Amino acid sequence: MPKKKLTYSLNYRRPKSEYSPDDELTICIRYYHKCNQTKKTKIIKKSTGVRCMLKDWNSDWHKNSDRSPVKSSDPFHKKKNNILKKKVKDFDIQHLYSNVENESSSNYLKSNLPKGSIDLKWTNHKNTINLVSPANKRNIDIIVVGTGLAGGSACATLAELGYNVKAFCFQDSPRRAHSIAAQGGINAAKNYQGDGDSVYRLFYDTVKGGDYRSREENVYRLAEVSANIIDQCVAQGVPFARDYGGLLDNRSFGGVLVSRTFYAKGQTGQQLLLGAYSAMNRQIARGKIKMYNRHEMLDVVIVDGKARGIITRNLINGELERHSAHAVVLATGGYGNVFYLSTNAMGSNVTAAWKAHRRGAFFANPCFTQIHPTCIPVSGDHQSKLTLMSESLRNDGRIWVPKKLEDVNAIRNGSKKPTEISEEDRDYFLERRYPAFGNLVPRDVASRAAKERCDAGFGVNKTGEAVYLDFASSILRYGKEQARIKGEDENNNELIKKFGKEIIRKKYGNLFQMYEKIVDQNPYETPMMIYPAVHYTMGGIWVDYNLMTTIPGLYAIGEANFSDHGANRLGASALMQGLADGYFVLPYTIGDYLSDEISTGPIANDTKEFMLAEKEARDKLDMLVNNKGTKSVDYFHKRLGKIMWNKCGMARNKKDLQSAIAEISKLRKEFWSEVKVPGSQFEFNEELAKAGRVADFLELGELFAKDALNREESCGGHFREEYQTKEGEATRKKEFQFVSAWEYVGEPKNAILHKEKLDYKNIEVKERSYK
Amino acid sequence: MKLTLKIWRQKNSESKGQMVSYEIDNISPDMSFLEMLDVLNARLILEDDDPISFDHDCREGICGSCSLFINGQAHGPDRRITTCQLHMRKFKDGDTIYVEPFRAKAFPVIKDLVIDRSAFDRIQHSGGYISVNTSGNTQDANSIPINKEDADNAFDAATCIGCGACVATCKNSSAMLFVGAKISQYSLLPQGKTEASRRVLNMVNQMDLEGFGNCSNTGACEVECPKGISLDNIARMNRELLKASLKK
Repeated sequence: MPKKKLTYSLNYRRPKSEYSPDDELTICIRYYHKCNQTKKTKIIKKSTGVRCMLKDWNSDWHKNSDRSPVKSSDPFHKKKNNILKKKVKDFDIQHLYSNVENESSSNYLKSNLPKGSIDLKWTNHKNTINLVSPANKRNIDIIVVGTGLAGGSACATLAELGYNVKAFCFQDSPRRAHSIAAQGGINAAKNYQGDGDSVYRLFYDTVKGGDYRSREENVYRLAEVSANIIDQCVAQGVPFARDYGGLLDNRSFGGVLVSRTFYAKGQTGQQLLLGAYSAMNRQIARGKIKMYNRHEMLDVVIVDGKARGIITRNLINGELERHSAHAVVLATGGYGNVFYLSTNAMGSNVTAAWKAHRRGAFFANPCFTQIHPTCIPVSGDHQSKLTLMSESLRNDGRIWVPKKLEDVNAIRNGSKKPTEISEEDRDYFLERRYPAFGNLVPRDVASRAAKERCDAGFGVNKTGEAVYLDFASSILRYGKEQARIKGEDENNNELIKKFGKEIIRKKYGNLFQMYEKIVDQNPYETPMMIYPAVHYTMGGIWVDYNLMTTIPGLYAIGEANFSDHGANRLGASALMQGLADGYFVLPYTIGDYLSDEISTGPIANDTKEFMLAEKEARDKLDMLVNNKGTKSVDYFHKRLGKIMWNKCGMARNKKDLQSAIAEISKLRKEFWSEVKVPGSQFEFNEELAKAGRVADFLELGELFAKDALNREESCGGHFREEYQTKEGEATRKKEFQFVSAWEYVGEPKNAILHKEKLDYKNIEVKERSYK
Repeated sequence: MKLTLKIWRQKNSESKGQMVSYEIDNISPDMSFLEMLDVLNARLILEDDDPISFDHDCREGICGSCSLFINGQAHGPDRRITTCQLHMRKFKDGDTIYVEPFRAKAFPVIKDLVIDRSAFDRIQHSGGYISVNTSGNTQDANSIPINKEDADNAFDAATCIGCGACVATCKNSSAMLFVGAKISQYSLLPQGKTEASRRVLNMVNQMDLEGFGNCSNTGACEVECPKGISLDNIARMNRELLKASLKK
């Protein structure tokens, strides 16, 4: 935080010439604030409460704050000047920052939205943006960090186009990026089922599902290119599920009334990622992609205001490396691991995104986190991560808890089995509260409903934090259908159950197996136990329509950006967005920026900016290794997770959020004095890598809480207890129909808010109802 | 539970490794095997010892990172799971457990239980793809119907997570199940047929260059494969290879 030069000024409200010498005005402390990103400076004034007549004002205010601004002609000049001096001395500029915000829509946020009607915007944009010729593409380097669906597909497509791509992942192979764990499916507006689906409907569902907090234009483009994704993947050899006619099969997901989800059993993410990975492999073989496995990005390097490279650490030998390029793309996923326990992979982290934020990229809507309703409940303190049970299970599973508390107690102490509870004693609470969508309400709604039942004491496991997901009625339904098809007796219960289980096994076999291995119960015989867990982060780095961040030349795609899912993401839309960004959006839009770079020539990586960034990264690693504290990295990560889950989790309120900010800030200080990292910098050192990631989570967590505190409404995954209806539904507020984009200025709690107003011209903003 | 662990420790790829013994107590049967190692590591860190390095990421059996050879079996005693899905309830109180990295000439040890599986990546570079560019103009996904059986078999082959258990288990350190699965996936789909010959020749060649052994049909790989990839895939690869060699 640079030291600010403070001066005084009078708080003029009209042109100076309109005042008379006897007018009395308030004296302000004034200073300049320089925006990191735009380099523009604005003047900020803070009232001191001291007033002074114009004739007594020493107008020579340029000097500095040491002078006495009130002239001796004022009878109280000594007292006033003393107060002012004291005010300047105690002036907490850090605190002031937290109160600065840009009105309505910020000048710094240029979304670059194309003109025209919404269905033509993307076409028009593609027609008018600048292109780079094939001959020039050969001279342009692009760095892509992360090789999941977004990063992998972007690498492949950029290399196919002719750019030189350098790709980085921290895993031992690009195929292990966490996109691989996505289970349920990928949406596309193909309307193969003929059930009335269309681009508009997918757009509408996504904006509504996101509780009207996403950017209309981006979402429409996403829906538009969705159909191409399926074509592309099939051409690449992705083995989607098919029916007996040989055509692609679909299923339905939460928050929609059509079947538009394509899937490959419960391993859709894996198959799509392997598709992108295979496309990458083809380009690696051609030499167009240079792949760096087991490399972690530690900083982004800015030269003359443009992103020109990154600093990485080779995780095998610990060496720091400088990599330069004409543009940098971050495809580094979400930050759900700030909660410690989440369905994210152990290595998923915010470091790359956070480092970009520290260098000037605005961070948008950090508090929009998706808590997924169907995860395997926590079993004990030793737990290192949570396992998701795909949302697709809600197609056939019914969610319930017992109606009577005595049944709950009997189940908890083991004297009753869930299968012994009769139908009339079960509360299928989603079907009861939301008859239109039933078990397929969006994730935020389902999660809150489960929490509500568990908070009321109806949780069905020992910790009281679980509800049932029951397949018994689907097994019977499918069994009867099969019996009819096979010409068998449809009243033979044993036979029906056998047939039904076969169908369920075909659809969800691997999920059922996964459940059985973890919980040691057979979900074909007894209902699954599930509870909500952190799963996805809708927030991320702010990007414009071209997916460029507020740093020129720095792009963010996939889960790492904020743009498409608003305050809540619909199921099977993450895969769609990752691949849309990587295959079909970024490769076009990045040309618009790179067309100005064709004569730049190779970027040197030995300039002072690179050296400085490397030194900063090195110093930080040194600090961690030499700290020799007494507590492990996990100790701090777990404590951070507890604060986040208890105070920034499924339900939030002002008091808790305020205390979360203070607690996280305190914990961060403790981390830097008490953390213990074994080993050295120059070796394979997993604890050191982890320590760097947790250090960044400890900053992000604070911004997260600040964003949640600032957003005084409930929408999507962000539920503020103060803003709810009598029935406990979220209350959205018109005045918060904006994107919160935070600018880094030092301590995260002092970040400056910039607002991007959201306009909905093609969708009527309505109460989101699934009843 | 109280356990004795004998774990392979090796400082780096150059140094010589050895088995080191650790006693550990208060292990809950509900813990996963990796969570048990987390507990041990937490202790080692506080005792100023070097924590044990092992690869892991998703911890739900799909990323293929974890690669432990436990009591002489890839991914431990249970079937159709990866190490991260193995739970301590599969062991008894007082057991001695031997933990080693996946061993093969083509998988050098990086540190402790972490190995370098980039040989798998290089095999994929040599042909594990269908040559189609991203254009947005590929034909409609439903324009070629695919027989459900073929589609399902291609999917079953494609579920391979590339963990390397097959190689670690095979007495010849053969990668034929891994390579066979990829070749099968594409050869079963109409989209993959066009360049099938080139693919199988290149991938098999690269596999040999990496130093993987040959298949002697013992079938241990199929048994230990966490995804249950079938030996049929090796047979299919051999048929494809024969076809391609004759064409050549």
